[in-house]
Amino acid sequence: MTPSTGAHPIQSSASPAKAWRREREATPASIPAIRRGDALDVSMLPSYGFGTRSLMWWGTLAMSTIEGMGFVLMILVYFDMQSRARIWPNEAPPPDLLWGSVNMVLALLSIIPNLLANKAADDHDLRKVRIWLVVVLVVVFALMGVRWLEFHALHIRWDTSGYGSAVWVLLGLHTFNLVTNFADFVVVTAVMFKPPIDGKRYVDVAENTGYWWFIVLSWIPVYLVVYWAPRL
Amino acid sequence: MSRLLAALDPRELRKAARASVGRGEAIYDGPGWGSPAASALDRTWREKPGVRGWLETVDHKRTGKRFVFTSFVFFCAAGILAAIMRSQLAFPDSHLVGPDLYDQMFTMHGTTMMFIFAVPVMQGMAVYLIPLMVGTRNTAFPRMTACAFWLYLLGSLSLWVGFALNTGADAGWFAYVPLAGPEYGIGKRSDLWNNLINLTEAMGLMVAVDLATVILKMRAPGMSLRRMPVFAWSILVTSVMIIFAMPSVMLAANLAQFDRTFATHFFNPAEGGDVLIWQHLFWFFGHPEVYFIFIPALGFISTIIPTFARRPLFGHTAVVLSMIATGFLAFGLWVHHMFATNLPELGKGFFTAMSMMIAIPTAVQIFCWIATLWSGRINLRAPILFVLGFFFILVLGGMTGIMIGAVPFDLQVHDSYFIVAHLHYVLLGGAVFPLFAAFYYWFPKFTGRLLDERLGRWQFWTFFVGFNVTFFPMHLLGLAGMPRRIYTYAADTGWGTLNLVATIGAAIIAVSVLLFVVNVIRTRAGGEAAGDDPWGAATLEWATHSPPPAFNFVALPVVASREPLWAREADEPTHVSGLSAQVREGLVTTVLDALPDVRYAYPSPSIWPAVAAVTVVVWLFWSNVTPSGMWYGLIPPAIAFILWYWPTRRETAEQLLLQRRP
Amino acid sequence: MTGGLHDVEAPAGAQAQAIAQLWHVLLPVCTIVFVAVLVAVFVALRRAPRATRETAPDVSSLSQPEPALARAVWAGVIVCAVLLLGLLAASVFTDRALARLPLEDALHIRLTGYQWWWEAQYDDPAPSRIFTTANELHVPVGRPVIVTLVGADVIHSFWVPSLHGKKDLIPGRPQTISFRADRPGVYRGTCAEYCGYQHAHMVLYVIADTPNDFAYWAARQRAPAAKPASALAQQGAELFLQKSCAMCHAIDGTGAQGRNAPNLTHVASRMTIGAGTLANSVTNRAAWILDPQQFKPGANMPSQNMAPDELAAINAYLGTLQ
Repeated sequence: MTPSTGAHPIQSSASPAKAWRREREATPASIPAIRRGDALDVSMLPSYGFGTRSLMWWGTLAMSTIEGMGFVLMILVYFDMQSRARIWPNEAPPPDLLWGSVNMVLALLSIIPNLLANKAADDHDLRKVRIWLVVVLVVVFALMGVRWLEFHALHIRWDTSGYGSAVWVLLGLHTFNLVTNFADFVVVTAVMFKPPIDGKRYVDVAENTGYWWFIVLSWIPVYLVVYWAPRL
Repeated sequence: MSRLLAALDPRELRKAARASVGRGEAIYDGPGWGSPAASALDRTWREKPGVRGWLETVDHKRTGKRFVFTSFVFFCAAGILAAIMRSQLAFPDSHLVGPDLYDQMFTMHGTTMMFIFAVPVMQGMAVYLIPLMVGTRNTAFPRMTACAFWLYLLGSLSLWVGFALNTGADAGWFAYVPLAGPEYGIGKRSDLWNNLINLTEAMGLMVAVDLATVILKMRAPGMSLRRMPVFAWSILVTSVMIIFAMPSVMLAANLAQFDRTFATHFFNPAEGGDVLIWQHLFWFFGHPEVYFIFIPALGFISTIIPTFARRPLFGHTAVVLSMIATGFLAFGLWVHHMFATNLPELGKGFFTAMSMMIAIPTAVQIFCWIATLWSGRINLRAPILFVLGFFFILVLGGMTGIMIGAVPFDLQVHDSYFIVAHLHYVLLGGAVFPLFAAFYYWFPKFTGRLLDERLGRWQFWTFFVGFNVTFFPMHLLGLAGMPRRIYTYAADTGWGTLNLVATIGAAIIAVSVLLFVVNVIRTRAGGEAAGDDPWGAATLEWATHSPPPAFNFVALPVVASREPLWAREADEPTHVSGLSAQVREGLVTTVLDALPDVRYAYPSPSIWPAVAAVTVVVWLFWSNVTPSGMWYGLIPPAIAFILWYWPTRRETAEQLLLQRRP
Repeated sequence: MTGGLHDVEAPAGAQAQAIAQLWHVLLPVCTIVFVAVLVAVFVALRRAPRATRETAPDVSSLSQPEPALARAVWAGVIVCAVLLLGLLAASVFTDRALARLPLEDALHIRLTGYQWWWEAQYDDPAPSRIFTTANELHVPVGRPVIVTLVGADVIHSFWVPSLHGKKDLIPGRPQTISFRADRPGVYRGTCAEYCGYQHAHMVLYVIADTPNDFAYWAARQRAPAAKPASALAQQGAELFLQKSCAMCHAIDGTGAQGRNAPNLTHVASRMTIGAGTLANSVTNRAAWILDPQQFKPGANMPSQNMAPDELAAINAYLGTLQ
């Protein structure tokens, strides 16, 4: 291999060189690709990255969009049926506010240990990652318990009427996300307790805690629709 | 940031890792097909022989070919159904096929063509071509795409096995409730249909996520968005559309299935449900779906025309912007399938305007293609013939599309044979003609052999003539009042002659498809060798062998122009080096400028995607049989997905070997 | 089975007329554009020199703009946009013309779609003047008709091409369509939304009568069923009640009050049986009663196990129900 022509990135008269410099300034920690003769040597690049540098981050973004569309459309289904009913809900009193609101508060609070786990993963701090992941697991488990009580506070069965079907499926859709994310957390936590630990696992932790934002944020409209729309 | 990696000594870990991977000195990739790096790449990327390797494969080229082959088989099967239906309709009061079978047949035909053929074949072509075209070694999530294939295969087979057992879906490819609901949709027919939707849409979403990620994050260094091939743009637009549209039909199919399994009332007007919800959810997906099929085809055309006009595409930017515009506008059209359901006046005006506006971006592209041909030097080969056929048929279909965008006229021809004619002109003209062009164009890349040119010309002309003889008369039948989806008609309606003509045309189409199959088989047996680049094309897939090795490129290319094989800027690096040849390693680049950013260890082959697909299918069918299957059936997929994710000792060792912290 | 007009291009009503006019704008404009595009492709092919795969690609366009081509493409796009705006305007004006049919003194009909037949109830302020018929509408020429569309089971669609475009009969969402027949004649309509096995045999005839003929027809329809005149018909009337017929069919003025199938009070006055499946002749009626599944498989009417003399009696009775 010819010796390096200096630590220059892609050398060209066109814009990439400028853009590359801009990119380097944005991520000063990264080691650039090095031009060696006709080749661009990338062996010094990091082997994983957090946030938008990670492919899985993009996959997670797409999954959140897909599920988000599911929630948006299901909420539209709910309001379509509501707009066609004279009294809504006719067949049952509105759901009790207690457990849904408890869930909302808990969900918002759960962001804290998630943020801390995310930060610890970013720092590659194994001890803190383990601690905060366990805390997150406990909180999510509690959320699932509250969710169980929520179904009992709906006062209607799914097969009673269109309204009953809509609230059960709305709540069920969110519960499905909650449960699958809990399972994800269990697996990720287990992996973090199984050395040797490679760096990519920290990315997995960061992405799982990032995805938790979607669970919490999607709960806000679902909560408002299930618990407050019948009271409008 | 400064904390240690782990409690264990990292040097120890590396040593252990090297021992586990079991090689001495590290080998990095680089140019030269015969080099030690190339043979190391070959060892690393070669897959296990035998059934196990066949099930475990994560090679995007194998998965892509499976999609294309499987969907083509189903295309032929659905085509045979079409031929039988045409035979039934050739004469009035025919008794060849009864109503029950006929209803299953047209439902199977539409469902298969839309869900099992058109979307998967386009995605399959993209799964094969995109990593090659953007210059990388595999897709971002090849296990997910492999799993998607198994879901698709099992779902499609289950629908067809059901049909063979007289349990074929029979509520139309649009499965309107209440006809497909618990009260009027008898037996398990509509359950099978709902399962198919769940499985094929899950497939579509998984592949779309994978393709969008490859296109955004794994392009060869230097392939900025400005330099990205039009086909990659078309697949990016399509994938993003799929991500926004497919959840709609999945939700609809699940709500319908809940109505059937759990006695919910989403579509039961007697209990507060609304049958029109189904139509809104279905068409919010269903109209964009036409564009999932059409936009990749536009990408084919924009790739093929420059190669055979020996010049870059005229108006590259305009073409890309047009595709993006089409992607947006496609979401504003769904209601034009529902003009007869009574809409507010304002809505009608809006949807008419949208339906007409979407013609403009297509017009821009057609004019850019004509300009490219006009100013080029033309190599008139089979692929370009199909492109010319596309011009005739798609433009005619587009014209009838504009007509039915006008609400008052649509009220007349909606659900008549005019629409049957229109949709076949658009879908066969807009997707199948370009697809055949793409088959002729890329077949040498897939197999290393060129399809026979003379047979290709015969196939083109039979297809073109047969197509028009079949479908042009249907416009007239629609105007003469013939509704769709009728299994027979009386002689005094006067529809007999045109129907007979259409049936003769269908026979010609059958001959044409047969010619294609013969051409493929003959070529496989011993066609003309293609070489790496038989057409003198500009895009990166032609920069490697035909067929490409498992690792695609001995060295990832560096791109310095929009037409990387035609024009280079001097003093640019030509390739990437420094990726491991002993581990499946690739390169992640930045979204806008495609600057090298992170190295990426591709997932290794795994049996779990196939197992997970089987468990998911079992879960779906279990939940059809008994509601509790909905819950217990979730356990096997959960286990399969966990095992899929669970890092093996070897994977961890490889990671540690290559590890460099960000 | 007995013809009738069904042609978008041969309108017999105000609204089909307006739509046909729109078609006569759409067709030439679209044809011209289609031909122009094909001519451009053809000329491009003729004028471009031939090449082979070895021909060096001309990449000059990567660095040099091509203003002449750009102008041509722009011109084409602008022409298309202008034409589309024109068509949009034509469409909007036609839509308004459809919505502005004068509806004074309209005839009101409530049309219910069943799998696979139509029930029509002619409304009237006086309840005694309301009557029900099936699979055949008579309307007076020149007088607007407002049809309320009701889907009883699945979605159907009302489409009489010579009179108007279609509108769906949606369970839980009744809606109306109005039209006016301007020429006397028989107009064949059909269910246009796929509704199950016998979607093909769900025909609805609209017969536009002169006002006098219509008044005469309506007066006859309002009357209860004719008393059987012959002994054979009398026997048939009794058999109709004894056999399973009356469980589904109604004959006003008799004990037969089933509501699951077409009202047969004036069945002999109709042109067809089985919603357009067979012409309404004596032999066809007999064959239909014995085995409707032979002509309309999947229909709700079961085959009848009936002695020939019983069949003859019932058939004779039905023949008297003018």
